[in-house]
Amino acid sequence: MSMRRFSLLSLAREALRGHSGWQPQWRSPPSPAAAYDAVIVGGGGHGLATAYYLAREHGMRRIAVLEKGWIGGGNTGRNTTIIRSNYLFPESAALYDHALKLWEGLSRELNYNVMFSPRGVLMSAHSVHDIQSFQRHIHANRLAGVDNEWLTPEQCKAFCPPLDISPHARYPVLGGALQRRGGTARHDAVAWGYARAASALGVDIIQNCEVTGIRREGPGGAVSALETTKGLVRTARVGVVAAGSTSLVMAMAGLRMPLESYPLQALVSEPVKPVFPCVVMSNTVHAYISQSDKGELVIGAGTDQYTSYSQAGSIQILTHTLDAITEMFPMFRRMRMLRAWGGIVDVTPDRSPIIGLTPVPGLFVNCGWGTGGFKATPGSGHVFAATIAKGEPHPIAAPFNLARFETGRMIDEAAAAAVAH
Amino acid sequence: MSAPFRTHQGGRPDRARTLRFTFDGRTYDGHPGDTLASALLAHGVHLTGRSFKYHRPRGILSAGPEEPNALVELDAGPGRREPNSRATMVPLRDGLLARSQNRWPSLAWDAGALTGAAAALLPAGFYYKTFMGPGRAWEKLYEPLIRRMAGLGRAPAEADPDRYAQRYAHCDVLVVGAGPAGLAAALAAARGGARVILCDEQMEMGGSLLSQPGTRIAGLPGWEWLEVALAELRALKVRLLPRTTAFSYGLQNMVSLAELPERAEGPRERLWMVRAARVVLATGAIERPLPFSGNDRPGVMLADAARVYALRYGVLAGHRAAVLAAHDSGYEAAFALQAAGMEIAAILDPRAAPPADLLAEATGRGIRVLAGQGVARSLGGRRVTGLISTGGERIGCDLLLMAGGWTPSVHLFSQARGALRWDAARDAYLPDTAPEAVLCAGACQGSYGLGACLAEGHAAGGGHGAAPGAQPGREPSGMPTAQAVAGAAKAPMAFVDFQNDVQAKDIALAVREGFRSIEHVKRYTTNGMATDQGKTSNMVGLAIAAATLGQEIPAVGLTRYRHPVTPTGFGGLAGRHRGDLFEPIRRAPLHGWAEAEGALFEPVAQWRRARAFPRAGEDLHAAVLRECRAVRQAAGIFDASTLGKIEVVGPDAAEFLERLYVNPWKKLAPGRCRYGIMLREDGFVTDDGVVGRMAADRFHVTTTTGGAARVLHMMEDYLQTEFPELRVWLTSTTEQWAVIALQGPKARTILEPFVEGLDISAASFPHMSVAACRVMGIPARLFRVSFTGELGFEVNVAPDQAPALWRALMRAGAPHGLTPYGTEAMHVLRAEKGYIIVSQETDGTVTPDDAGLSWAVGKAKRDFVGKRSLARPEMRRRDRPQLVGLLPRGTVPQEGAQILASPGARMAEGHVTSAYWSPALDRPIALGLLAGGRERMGQTVYATVMGGAPIAMEVTDPVFLDKAGERVNA
Repeated sequence: MSMRRFSLLSLAREALRGHSGWQPQWRSPPSPAAAYDAVIVGGGGHGLATAYYLAREHGMRRIAVLEKGWIGGGNTGRNTTIIRSNYLFPESAALYDHALKLWEGLSRELNYNVMFSPRGVLMSAHSVHDIQSFQRHIHANRLAGVDNEWLTPEQCKAFCPPLDISPHARYPVLGGALQRRGGTARHDAVAWGYARAASALGVDIIQNCEVTGIRREGPGGAVSALETTKGLVRTARVGVVAAGSTSLVMAMAGLRMPLESYPLQALVSEPVKPVFPCVVMSNTVHAYISQSDKGELVIGAGTDQYTSYSQAGSIQILTHTLDAITEMFPMFRRMRMLRAWGGIVDVTPDRSPIIGLTPVPGLFVNCGWGTGGFKATPGSGHVFAATIAKGEPHPIAAPFNLARFETGRMIDEAAAAAVAH
Repeated sequence: MSAPFRTHQGGRPDRARTLRFTFDGRTYDGHPGDTLASALLAHGVHLTGRSFKYHRPRGILSAGPEEPNALVELDAGPGRREPNSRATMVPLRDGLLARSQNRWPSLAWDAGALTGAAAALLPAGFYYKTFMGPGRAWEKLYEPLIRRMAGLGRAPAEADPDRYAQRYAHCDVLVVGAGPAGLAAALAAARGGARVILCDEQMEMGGSLLSQPGTRIAGLPGWEWLEVALAELRALKVRLLPRTTAFSYGLQNMVSLAELPERAEGPRERLWMVRAARVVLATGAIERPLPFSGNDRPGVMLADAARVYALRYGVLAGHRAAVLAAHDSGYEAAFALQAAGMEIAAILDPRAAPPADLLAEATGRGIRVLAGQGVARSLGGRRVTGLISTGGERIGCDLLLMAGGWTPSVHLFSQARGALRWDAARDAYLPDTAPEAVLCAGACQGSYGLGACLAEGHAAGGGHGAAPGAQPGREPSGMPTAQAVAGAAKAPMAFVDFQNDVQAKDIALAVREGFRSIEHVKRYTTNGMATDQGKTSNMVGLAIAAATLGQEIPAVGLTRYRHPVTPTGFGGLAGRHRGDLFEPIRRAPLHGWAEAEGALFEPVAQWRRARAFPRAGEDLHAAVLRECRAVRQAAGIFDASTLGKIEVVGPDAAEFLERLYVNPWKKLAPGRCRYGIMLREDGFVTDDGVVGRMAADRFHVTTTTGGAARVLHMMEDYLQTEFPELRVWLTSTTEQWAVIALQGPKARTILEPFVEGLDISAASFPHMSVAACRVMGIPARLFRVSFTGELGFEVNVAPDQAPALWRALMRAGAPHGLTPYGTEAMHVLRAEKGYIIVSQETDGTVTPDDAGLSWAVGKAKRDFVGKRSLARPEMRRRDRPQLVGLLPRGTVPQEGAQILASPGARMAEGHVTSAYWSPALDRPIALGLLAGGRERMGQTVYATVMGGAPIAMEVTDPVFLDKAGERVNA
């Protein structure tokens, strides 16, 4: 199936005939075929990207993405869209910077405007400990060729005028780490853009199709088929990319994953004219904020303290978040919360993802992105596709193997910096 | 000044009093009881806003919180500017200053409306299909342009000076909505003795009764019954909260309410968090608009809204109305408006056979009914002047009313995880079952008659006997919305979401492009994502999507109802947690003394700690050097009160610590201390601190300043979930003990005269001893410990006694050179001795062995938290980063600098964790974590410098001073 190119010209042509000629952006077969070369479980950004790169870079054609709801309806459509790659450890920086480089050309690669907007991500420091930690990041990032720079409080203010840098603030801004290449993107467009491009390469995207069982056969217990609410699907390769539901899916293959699932909330304000030029993250004050193209202030909140599969968190998390936002940006106190929502994030013991093989032959997993997976979407899909296609970990994915929780080779970004992803 | 559209009499506003207000620079008048919208309509002002995308002129659509169009900026002075306020919900007050927004240069003439001319190029999702290049054109050109066009009002520019409050409340019954159903519920519950809270978003209670003056309840005229009912509720001590929106329904009946109190001197907003044994939802229903060309022209309004303006506010929204009635309620509105003095040009009823009784009544009233006809398009410019019917007839009017049926307000019920069911007869989703203790009454469950509302409310409130009686109304009917929207997708400028400019054809386009899930349709078109949260657009959009797909509405699904029900102010949600009350600063008992001494402070966790005590002419560096020297040569005094303290008590206390810390505890004798290390389950150091055994069953545990709460939480977690069999009790005592540290060779000399009942000589009170005693007569726990490498004591006393003791020690120590020192000197002193700081030398990836602390681990212990993880192969590698000392050549490297094996290396082998100028060594020193560091003594490594040449450093032992420990044991 060929993909009709999107452009100003195609828009203009369609405008002349009332936009009656647009076709479905991706094919939606009502049910899966009987067999595929590879099946991706989970139609979020990571899963759709995986399918796209499998088709595009590894020549696989008979691929399906099974989604129990609607594509992009999980954490892809529920996050605050922050993109950055200034992670501390070389393994993480390599993974996230791989993604960032793909973000930079993604709209044109997919012929779908995902609105990647490198407006800069500023992480504000509020204590001597923050300064030490951020400067460690900057030293490490520069060595790894990842941009990250230190700003004085005055430079922070110049970069983000709404910031209050008064020394009398409860947590005064003592400086900041800025990644200029970081920014935001339009989350839904990422799912749709990958779906459209994957579909054009022959990938079947099946929505409202829940996986209910994983069949295994042979002496090694290799994957042979998936049971779904839309029938049996035979396949020898399964990539599970199910975020908060990963532990449930993997349990169908008898695997217990080192994951805990928590509700994580976010909110937006009513839209206003441009007032906030960049992304600001403050781990000390617990404030994460940017402004969408539509004009809404997009604000990240925290996870609930207890594990849950409920996509609704508690109101206290929101009030605490707004305490922090209005403390750092007192002029926003008369703004209003328009919409708040929750997603289920799957968290590993070292807060880094798991990408790779599992003890079950033919079963691959990509999960554990916790509170920060959106930024990795293109890179995650890219290296996971290579891992599935070749049956061995892509070099960038290799450190993020499942076995590390047994060997102890952790990649603990959160502990290292007390930084939310 | 006259208000030409005000009726001669009637309505709720108090006509005896006049309020003046300004909109877009023009001054108008109104009355108490008016909203900004009703007062503007009284002057014939419909045009109040511009839409989001095409900047189309928009008028007032509704009379309630569902208003998508009439959004204005309120300006009450500096810091009190408030964008996007719904004019329909703004109570009028004297001096109110309002402006239109999202227009330039004026509301009537808006340059942004040019986008409307290009609307054909800008269908739903156009931005996904273009603006992808060339180069960085998206972020440099298109995105900034789109951003400027988007947004609505202007964000406030200054800090808000107003106060906000929060309250928690409990009750037996929370009733949401004070219309007839809610009032009946509250009355029944309160009469039964229940504690009741009744809230309503309007400034006045009464709901639909406010616009039904002629109705009769329990033998009384409606408004009289309302007065009596409210008086009885007050007498029964029901908490009445008008101007209060229930916006969020949480687990276990925790409902959040946002109150906008009327009193000017009180808080501007109050957030109520109400835990209710039972919740009664009487939230009413919202009328649906209908999509046709130009249905967004100012002067096109919801039919019931026009009725409300006439009967509640005494304002006619026009002189001559045409009514598009796909539902019976359009007739009721037309009849009521006619009675109030409005001319009804015609009723257009798309149903081929409208109900006979309504037809008869219309005929009797002399109103023309065009059965089987709808509106093809509205006529006019920035105000409606007429319409063309689908039959081709031109009808002149200055008001065009839409009655598209009703959408029960099930938002809160849905948030309560209640299931909804599709009711074909009522053409709506209705509440079904919910896991919470919640009941619905009245229009929010599709019961529209007054009698039914009262009866259901009475029952939901637990009432016995008969409900307040009212005439049973006729059962209304209407054309299903899925039919009423037929053909709309072909009509130009037939709007579904007015604010976001989503047209019926946009929804059809989304479906055509494969967006089948209603959630996809919503996100692709932005239908229902405006500030009205889809209150008027969701069901119409759903009907169009269903029609396009050729499916029934229930097959298409329903978007999730999210909180808040209506936009809720940040200020109220944050409440009092601002400035000094935003995570209040914790101040140790000696904080005031340090402040008076002119200390420099640093934020540490929730505390401010004195970083140094610079004297006149000293900078931080000079002060730190002086303080360090004083400690090494004489004595220093230090406030260590912020250290976390936990009292661990019980017969199994030693066993508990044995399991929580890596160290052995059972053989620690009472009166002795030990340096404890705590790991997480993954084997990495999470906290450390000295633990003193006060008695066989009692330990005084200290933690890091930042770790106090975390450690207590972790201990409780293990005690309650893993080791419930242990008889141990934990108490946080951080604030029960102030801690004064005396460190230095003269420490004993200074302290000794103050100590009663204890011999603190080296022989009888050696390093790592602890005892209860009296110091200056004050009951104390005295530790002989050191974080400086010097002879040291830490005196724990009650906080209120600490300042006196501190001053007495200062006086007694002065002749000996006793000097107060701050955290920075403390850091330098401990680094000279190679003592780690958890979270500086450790980062959650450091094992006890990495930190050179293997000696502390109880080798014979069967188990402790983290032990199993330490056995993993990666944890035992010899090339793990290990703590080393570093002797930088020349300058002090930056903390966090990466360590390289050679100046040009691209791979780091570790990092500098601490770096200082050491006054004791008179040179820079550093600590670092270096791969296989303990086997690299004497090697030269390099610290990275931002924008400079790396600094050479010699790898050495982390203990720079007094390796034998003679000073500490003195």
